Amino acid sequence: MSTTTEDLLRERRRAGIPKTRRTAVYVYQAPLRVWHWVNALSITVLAITGWFIANPPPSVMGEASDHYVMGYIRFFHFAAAYVFAVGFLFRIYWAFAGNRYAMQLFTLPVWRRSFWRELWHEVRWYAFQEKEPWKYYGHNPLAHLFMVVIITVGGLVMMVTGFALYSEQAGAGSWQDRLFGWVIPLVGQSQDVRLWHHWGMWVIVVFVMLHVYTAIREDVMSRQSLISTMISGWRMFKDDRP
Amino acid sequence: MPRSTPETFYEVMRRQGITRRSFLKFCSLTATALGLAPSFAGKIAHAMETKPRTPVIWLHGLECTCCSESFIRSAHPLVSDVVLSMISLDYDDVLMASAGHQAESILSEIKEKYKGNYILAVEGNPPLNQDGMSCIVGGRPFVEQLKEMAADCKAIVSWGSCASWGCVQAARPNPTRATPVDKVILDKPIIKVPGCPPIAEVMTGVLTYMLTFERIPPLDRQGRPAMFYGQRIHDKCYRRPHFDAGQFVESWDDEAARKGYCLYKMGCKGPTTYNACSTVRWNNGVSFPIQSGHGCIGCSEDGFWDKGSFYQHVTNVHAFGIEANADKVGLAAVGVVGAAIGGHAAYSAYTAIKKHPETMENRTDSSAGDQQ
Repeated sequence: MSTTTEDLLRERRRAGIPKTRRTAVYVYQAPLRVWHWVNALSITVLAITGWFIANPPPSVMGEASDHYVMGYIRFFHFAAAYVFAVGFLFRIYWAFAGNRYAMQLFTLPVWRRSFWRELWHEVRWYAFQEKEPWKYYGHNPLAHLFMVVIITVGGLVMMVTGFALYSEQAGAGSWQDRLFGWVIPLVGQSQDVRLWHHWGMWVIVVFVMLHVYTAIREDVMSRQSLISTMISGWRMFKDDRP
Repeated sequence: MPRSTPETFYEVMRRQGITRRSFLKFCSLTATALGLAPSFAGKIAHAMETKPRTPVIWLHGLECTCCSESFIRSAHPLVSDVVLSMISLDYDDVLMASAGHQAESILSEIKEKYKGNYILAVEGNPPLNQDGMSCIVGGRPFVEQLKEMAADCKAIVSWGSCASWGCVQAARPNPTRATPVDKVILDKPIIKVPGCPPIAEVMTGVLTYMLTFERIPPLDRQGRPAMFYGQRIHDKCYRRPHFDAGQFVESWDDEAARKGYCLYKMGCKGPTTYNACSTVRWNNGVSFPIQSGHGCIGCSEDGFWDKGSFYQHVTNVHAFGIEANADKVGLAAVGVVGAAIGGHAAYSAYTAIKKHPETMENRTDSSAGDQQ
């Protein structure tokens, strides 16, 4: 049986028509999406300014009153920190006010056997041991674990240590001191709190790298949309198989 | 000299040859140093004239005596003489005239006579390993003397970083298990006056407050007098404007160093150190480390010997025998993770192409991903 050019063209045309019904689910509501991007921006500003607080830019010459380099760097750090903190509080509120997926950041179903099984499957998928990943409306278990550990727990550690350090300049009796001042003797001394805060920055920077990479990779290679979901809110599925 | 009524502070001072004028000066100076209103000068004077003298016992454990050296150099010699007279009257084995059994008998005498009413000042700390044998006072481990004298005291003043935190003898690996006083004596109020040594005026100020007001000065969360340890060196540093401006000494003897810029990059621990050096200063208010061009080493902070170099402010971490700081480890982690991501991405692309070769050969076939 010979194939003509006509046949090939027809075959190609047919292939171009979607044969499957593509489904989509509305996962991330608008306030949550706004929070995500505001949070991303504040973390970026915090990491950059935080780096410069620990390692200031080259010294400037001239009158001290002509410059305010460290002043501005610190101002942006504190401003971004307040944005992050207020955003975090909003995110807690939204866990209750939002849809079912909004709670994921604060709950980790470690008691469920299926969680660990699916987590293992996801690890195997990343280790090229599985042909394809499973589909999820919200986070896959591996992403879920990382989100809770880094963004929720890590974010809390950064806020607690951060406000403890802020209380040093706000002074004894300030609300920062009353709420977070206990952290300093608990950790050791001021310098130890700085060290933990500094380590936390590196953990978050590494997380951001992994987060961006996996988001792009999953968007390309998994069976569902990732990046556009955090923009439009809709999770698209590329196939109809379970 | 038997007396029906105990001596007051004022009487002791007059007996030491202090004029009334000097006495009043001392009172107003103390009120100012403690951050009190001018009216308190009169109250201090009144208290010192009427209240019976509270005995102070000054014990020495594992230490270098720099606290005592600092103390006797109090900015106003007259003042230090006064306080010193009050103290040496009772017990301080490096300053008192008596020695041996004669000196030791004073301790038991005070302990009985002023039960629950004397102040115990402790310079240094007790080592607990080897049954406390690393510090012997009067033929016995210091920890025994400390516990014995602490049992009947009103309050304890922990002089210096040794008594407050442990200091150099407690630095890693702390072979003698030198232990700060508050970890050994748990049932008495303890005032920590850290520093290596503490500032003389801070020491006399704290003692005067306690002796005149018969109460402990307001303390911060870590048990330090809030009036002297409420702020960091950095908060009151005269070089702070250079920090805010971003003007730093980059290396010793550079132009910035000559201009007196901020020593932050040279590892100054001012931002993490609570002390009064940048306000009270040292040696009659002449200077303090930063003013003389060297960064603060954080000597009044817990474990300052174990926080890495005095010349860098990011603490070194001793892990697996490799000395590294957070930035080096962080940058290395970013490099490793970045490389891993690159490799993973490349291999991902490779497997994808292997699995669906048609996606590369037939780019118009948009549904390739659905056909497997």
